[in-house]
Amino acid sequence: MPEFKPKTVYVTYIAATPEKVWEALTSSEFTKKYFWDRSIELEPKLGGAFALRLPDGTANVQGKVIAWDPPRKFAVTWGVKWPAEFATLPECHVTYEIAPADDAVRLTMTESHSWNVPEAILSGGRMGWPAVLSGLKSLLETGNAPLIKMEPPKDMIEAIKNLKL
Amino acid sequence: MSEAGSSFVYVIYIRTTPERLWRALTAPEFTRQFWCETVQDCEWKVGASWKLMIPDGRVGDAGEVLEIDPPRRLVLSWQNQFTDLRAEGHSRMTYQLEPQGDMVKLTVRHEMPHLGSTFIEKVSNGWPAILSSLKSLLETGEPLEATRRWPKDM
Repeated sequence: MPEFKPKTVYVTYIAATPEKVWEALTSSEFTKKYFWDRSIELEPKLGGAFALRLPDGTANVQGKVIAWDPPRKFAVTWGVKWPAEFATLPECHVTYEIAPADDAVRLTMTESHSWNVPEAILSGGRMGWPAVLSGLKSLLETGNAPLIKMEPPKDMIEAIKNLKL
Repeated sequence: MSEAGSSFVYVIYIRTTPERLWRALTAPEFTRQFWCETVQDCEWKVGASWKLMIPDGRVGDAGEVLEIDPPRRLVLSWQNQFTDLRAEGHSRMTYQLEPQGDMVKLTVRHEMPHLGSTFIEKVSNGWPAILSSLKSLLETGEPLEATRRWPKDM
């Protein structure tokens, strides 16, 4: 059984209840607004199927639920399926933990990997997560999610090609 | 940029202008609200001394302005003053502000030249709370409760 080690951690504090943050992480009504139009599909239980889909139905990410403890902890295996260049990447784990912090919530996102993943490949997540989670925070606190344009992560794509996974 | 040493990097997107964000990071009327009642004592030019003042009058951290290019980039040398972490010496702290549509992308990079820095470990826990509170202040008008006041036991 490979051991998954945390490689990227992002912490944000959100003025919302744990239940509201949980809802924003697990329902499409919210993910479409802060996660670049992706809908989340979820069987809400340990072992349940998980997917993030583009508006045309294409599965961007697929996996299964490996932690389900509302409203405290939600984790999935994260297998990128699209675009094709990313599909050879081993799946990682994405874990969300929600903890009370005064009248706010501390949300911790951890991306864990089972192999010696190079920095260039981690760079994709390091570009993406701050934008996704900043958007989530703005959505819950102001009702509006920002439109953050992002270029495809060139270094990550190049590194995946060079690794010939 | 050297890969040796200890570093913490944090990126946050805030719906505001670079000018307003720059002001919030440097002006007392803002920092008092989201940065635990602290103010910065600084003339904001290269070579000027810089101090982060705790509300009871103690100096929290001190250093110097190394680079300043408002509202894009600020680099400070930064040494803790009020705890044992003073012994680690000067860190280097960079704010990079980049407009992105109606948002500003703020990158905070805080570095020590040596490995295993406890100072960097401590600021790694502090920055996400301070910067989240800054974002709430600028987007909603209210900072987060957790960072309104200097902690009583510190």
